[in-house]
Amino acid sequence: MSADNESRAERIRRLLDTEGPTVKRNAQGFNEGRYAAMADVDGERLRTEAREIKADAIERLPELIETVRESVEANGGTVYLADDAADANEHIAAVCGDADSVVKSKSMTTEELDVNEHLAAAGVDVTETDLGEFVLQVADEAPSHLIAPGFHKSTDEIAALFNARFDPDEPLETPAELTAFARDHLGERIREADVGMTGANFVLADSGTITLVTNEGNARKCAVTPDTHVAVAGVEKLLPSIDELPPFIELLARSATGQEMAQYVSLLTPPTDSPTIDFDSTEPIGGGAEDREFHLVLIDNGRFEMREDDDLRETLYCVRCGACSNSCANFQHVGGHAFGGDTYTGGIATGWEAGIDGEEATESFNDLCTGCSRCVNACPVKIDVPWINTVVRHRRNRGADPAAVESLVDGLVPDAEDAGMGWGKRAFGNVDTLARLGSATAPLSNWLADSAPVRSLLERGLGIDARRALPEFQRETLRDWSQRRTPALESPRTDREVVLVPDVFTNHVDVDRGKAAVRTLEALGVPVQVAGVTGTGREPFSQGMLATARERAASVADSLTPHVEAGRDLVFVEPSDLAMVRAEYDKLLPEGRAETLADGSFEVIEYVYGLLENGVDPTPLTRGDGETLIYHAHCQQRTLGLDAHTEAVLGRLGYDVATTEAECCGMAGSFGYKSDYYELSVAVGESLAEEVEAAESDADGERRVVASGTSCEEQLTDLLDRPATHPVELLDPARSDEPSADG
Amino acid sequence: MSTTLAAAFVDALDGLGVGSTRTTAAELPDALAGAIEGPAVGTPLPFDGVSLDGAGVTVPPTPDQLRTATTGVTPVFGGVAEYGSVVVESRPAGDELVALYPERHVAVLRESDLVAGIEDTTDTFRESFDSDRDSAVLATGVSATADMGATVEGVHGPREVHVIVLSDR
Repeated sequence: MSADNESRAERIRRLLDTEGPTVKRNAQGFNEGRYAAMADVDGERLRTEAREIKADAIERLPELIETVRESVEANGGTVYLADDAADANEHIAAVCGDADSVVKSKSMTTEELDVNEHLAAAGVDVTETDLGEFVLQVADEAPSHLIAPGFHKSTDEIAALFNARFDPDEPLETPAELTAFARDHLGERIREADVGMTGANFVLADSGTITLVTNEGNARKCAVTPDTHVAVAGVEKLLPSIDELPPFIELLARSATGQEMAQYVSLLTPPTDSPTIDFDSTEPIGGGAEDREFHLVLIDNGRFEMREDDDLRETLYCVRCGACSNSCANFQHVGGHAFGGDTYTGGIATGWEAGIDGEEATESFNDLCTGCSRCVNACPVKIDVPWINTVVRHRRNRGADPAAVESLVDGLVPDAEDAGMGWGKRAFGNVDTLARLGSATAPLSNWLADSAPVRSLLERGLGIDARRALPEFQRETLRDWSQRRTPALESPRTDREVVLVPDVFTNHVDVDRGKAAVRTLEALGVPVQVAGVTGTGREPFSQGMLATARERAASVADSLTPHVEAGRDLVFVEPSDLAMVRAEYDKLLPEGRAETLADGSFEVIEYVYGLLENGVDPTPLTRGDGETLIYHAHCQQRTLGLDAHTEAVLGRLGYDVATTEAECCGMAGSFGYKSDYYELSVAVGESLAEEVEAAESDADGERRVVASGTSCEEQLTDLLDRPATHPVELLDPARSDEPSADG
Repeated sequence: MSTTLAAAFVDALDGLGVGSTRTTAAELPDALAGAIEGPAVGTPLPFDGVSLDGAGVTVPPTPDQLRTATTGVTPVFGGVAEYGSVVVESRPAGDELVALYPERHVAVLRESDLVAGIEDTTDTFRESFDSDRDSAVLATGVSATADMGATVEGVHGPREVHVIVLSDR
């Protein structure tokens, strides 16, 4: 393990212990709030509309910049388009003129530019007035979240910080006391300030209106109290007019904090008609609006290049709500100081940091996106955040240092990648080849792989953590078994026919769940054959090996499309492989090819559900008779909306099903095997295990643990020290009473 | 229709913990007396047949009166029934300052200015933008933060809001 890797693991371990518990409470709180708040609106319609508006605005960006320039200048303000941070800071310092003090409301864009540092160097006193930002300014720390920058800090930590810095007469203790203290302290700064600086959530081009969405009221005060208002906004914040605003007003607070509506949605068209105010004056207010100044500073800083980049472009649709962070199991456990770059945090940070500073700026955190996809449905503008992470990973792989190449697995990696990517990733990406060898040489391969010298070599060479149990390859693969046996079904009882598409693990390791799937479908009267291809390319895709994943997708399509065209249905046991075909192939295959496959593909229990709904008699399946289960749906399966099918089928067959809420099990394919991330993976898994244990303590004792994904099964088996079962193994007509340890 | 909107609006205000009084123009003085905690400052009410005269409200205030007032009284130019939001305009009289600085905001609303949802509000905004009334805040409930570890009401803006709905205006 390199020193770089070592420090990364240490950093994650430290954050898990220090900021982790506070981050988890806050991120999960926001996430639960979002689910509740989005349940009250037609989220799908609003999100589709919001995305279309953003896509159109980014397309029309040069025109909107000209429009806003005309409207703001006609109103009496100025507009400056800054090429980069240095340009922006120079201009901002110039418009601040001889100001002694600037008060700011929260703005991630000014964090990106390091405006505070530049103004301070120019002798201007800068005060952050958002309470979270103020805490961080006092603590001299970076934001750990897009909307709640200080949400890694507990009340006690903030109290200690304020008491040490400000030495109040009575030590501060409670949130109410801390808030009152900060309000008074900051109120004075606002009243005395020469310039108020805000960001902008949206800029309405045709009227020159700055839209600010806030809860505290500090942005209102910063904009109205000093005579000069400077608004700093990325060019992507432009919308054509107020007509495009409604879906964003409805979505933003719901997605961000789980509020139905933010406290204050300011629509300011500065210079506004509000009278200027001088707190030293004894004259009544009511004049001086003509003395107001307004400067809009629009920021490029890489955004126009992102606009030209087919894969990074949709990052510009981001409304900075933080939902991708809150819905991310990894983020929930470490926060933005691990899962974030210089400025931006969470899943979307990869797009922003790569766009602003280049792919290498994502090196320290991009791997924390496991592609679980739980952010995909959370995003109010439907950004495919995992895809952005995958693409940037691919670009980093491509640019990696060839000197890092070791020869440990040379010859085992028939991939299509450029030389230069790390061997750990390459081994995971080529797991299908390794699995073929593993099965061919089992059980010798398993004994060898589990020996201490080999585990040590795997850890040092490939970063595979020695604390993880390795998969145990089966000598007889699912395909071998299917070819050897006589199908149990003599005469079909439906007009359907199934091609079971095994993933690498079902074919080589967890063969039993594949057999259970075949027997279950046959019991329902459907003839089954096992496909001639194994794996859809999920493994190389996860490692950012897009050239290999594309080749794999093409060969899978060659092999499976004729089945679909012949009217056969493709059934997958592994949700992550189904998700590959349904959600990722359209980015890997020529137009139309992916759609054919996606339309003909089903998750195995989804398929059973469809059969039962169409009147097929479930009698041959093994029934639950009230057996108590706790079911953890796979992350990508939930994103596809297929968790309900499993719950429905198990319920219908007499099982008593409790379910988990955790967004992801933390194993996420290869992620939990990696030495750098083992502790984080286990921490995420522990949260899930605690849910299982809580469900069991509420009700009547131990429940059988059921999980749809291979990774989830492995993680739960490891952490609960008892086997987890795939749901199809419960339905299997040949089910034995005890689940086997490998499923 | 208006009555239904008013009922929904009052329900939404209840949900936000915002008090309200539905009254007539003639009875506004009583409603103001009940809603104001002195010292109070305000901006003129431009609605037919009503004013802040005799309500013990300083109009217009000095900056120091603004800073030390307990209550700020302003007209609001719209209300959203679904969310309980009110529209505070940036008028030259200083509504934005008066609605923001004191710890209690008393908002006076014509019932006929109520609309159902957000899209109706932006329609209204578009019309007022066209007539140069182009800055306003859609204010929903009281100023709040969770940045100190738990939700606290009353941060930079008001800690209490009370809406007086004029049913005959």
